[in-house]
Amino acid sequence: MALSCIVALLLCSISPPGSVAARDVPNDGGGSIAVTWAPSPESSVTGYYVLRQTKGDTTWDTLRFAGRLAAEYSDGEATDGTDYRYKVIAVAPTESAESAPSAYAASSPQWFNTDTIPALVGTAVLVFMFVYFINRARQGRNLFIRRISGLDAVDEALGRATEMGRPTLYVPGISSIADVATIAALNILGEVAKKTAKFGTPLIVPTADPIVYTVAREMVKESYTTAGRPDAFNQDIVFFVTDAQFAYAAAVDGIMTREKPATNFLIGMFYAEALILAETGAATGAVQIAGTDAVTQLPFFITACDYTLIGEELYAASAYLSREPLLLGAIKGQDYSKAIIVGVIVVATLLALLAGVPVLKYL
Amino acid sequence: MQRRLPLILVLLTGIFGAITFFIPHHALQTADAAMRNDVQRIITAFGLVLGVGSLLQHHFIKIRRKMENWPYSYITIITLVVSAVIGVFGGLDPTKPGILPTHIAGFSFHIQTLFTNMLVPLGATMFSLLAFFMASAAYRAFRARNLEATLLLAAAFILMLGAVPLGRMIFHPLPSFAEWILAVPNMAAKRGINFGIQLGIFATALKIVLGIERGWLGGGGGK
Repeated sequence: MALSCIVALLLCSISPPGSVAARDVPNDGGGSIAVTWAPSPESSVTGYYVLRQTKGDTTWDTLRFAGRLAAEYSDGEATDGTDYRYKVIAVAPTESAESAPSAYAASSPQWFNTDTIPALVGTAVLVFMFVYFINRARQGRNLFIRRISGLDAVDEALGRATEMGRPTLYVPGISSIADVATIAALNILGEVAKKTAKFGTPLIVPTADPIVYTVAREMVKESYTTAGRPDAFNQDIVFFVTDAQFAYAAAVDGIMTREKPATNFLIGMFYAEALILAETGAATGAVQIAGTDAVTQLPFFITACDYTLIGEELYAASAYLSREPLLLGAIKGQDYSKAIIVGVIVVATLLALLAGVPVLKYL
Repeated sequence: MQRRLPLILVLLTGIFGAITFFIPHHALQTADAAMRNDVQRIITAFGLVLGVGSLLQHHFIKIRRKMENWPYSYITIITLVVSAVIGVFGGLDPTKPGILPTHIAGFSFHIQTLFTNMLVPLGATMFSLLAFFMASAAYRAFRARNLEATLLLAAAFILMLGAVPLGRMIFHPLPSFAEWILAVPNMAAKRGINFGIQLGIFATALKIVLGIERGWLGGGGGK
């Protein structure tokens, strides 16, 4: 009888989790300690309690219950500089087994995230490329930029509006100023406004964000002044409509059907309203130049508009239109950076493919 | 100084925004979060006042000049004022009434009620137009006018056929081929475009931070 009890106890008892270790979570802002353990091998284990003790205290606080497959826990409630130790209790339906406590560990914030070293190196290379080509542009070197048909068509489209005596509509997307596509759209607006001021073409700029409205108004005002037509600027060229997506689409559609602009610019960040705007513009017979970096909306613009600036062309547009040497230098830097990235991808792909060749594994 | 101060501010905030990506220390991250949330929110609040001012000005001009469809401008202004009054004085939580009663004889005109029962259906109506516009855009896109349009038509035909059981019945490997078109050539093109976009974003940000692109300075700017 006594023997059978001992056998049953041996069969049922579970091993405590082993190798409980605690260490500061690397590359974080502090306040976190990573706890790891070797799980108990018994299949009857249902999970683990993780307990924490502050140095100098006698009590253990239960932090959480982890599932049976868990082997680590991140304690995100640690105070930086305070020493803690941890223990883990394996739990089975009828029993539990407690590990030995870990060594003391304290969390601390880091001043540099070593995981971002590749990004830092990449950024440094890109910055170098940009600065190098901007300097070349400063020295007056001639920089070749390929033709972008959508931007070449700007003069033609604005000329058409002037001849027809109809306005030009410029829609700078529905995103906020925090979106770089919106900033690019506003930079292009500046160049377009210079031309409309020069040609004497009415310009309509409905905006969907109050900050975008403020910046757009200042840019258009500056463009009219630069073009020598400050008298032609009025406060009503740029106006705020609404920040509700489809209400904005309805308002712009209304402008398109009422004012019948000869040229529509749909440039910036667009979402589901892209096709609603582009198709309405196409129905009114306007020449449409679109540009966005929203990859999902590009097919709609390509289908419904006469010219579409695809992705990076949007960011090159202001330099292309203004022909400002420093801005062109930045585009050149962008092109060479892309060439470097393509080169790295090709080399990495080749290396990855060659790594699969058995003989080369020994090199 | 009017021109230099914004440039210095942009340079500093640009550098600060970039280094917070590399420095995880909570002191810096907290300052970054405050900058992104609190400061931006305050600026947006000021911007909203300018936005509403612009909207009112635009519609007052339309009314004054009796421009086309000018009576609708009255509707816009009245709606703006009424919803602002209800929103500000009626409270945001329908269960906690504000200064202004928003339930009269079982009829609710609380701001949330107006939003859910008026703005959302109106938005959905506009959104539903997309289905019709898609059909007309597809008709235009699928006319095989040149090689690119023919390729587009062929790819679309395969994808549409591959997505329905009939496609498998006609040609067994068609669904797999349709999936391949999406996963390989389509994905490759998308990634190529995305590379360009990311570099473009980087270049634009750098141009603004370094003060090369100054259009945003408006009246005080110029290149």
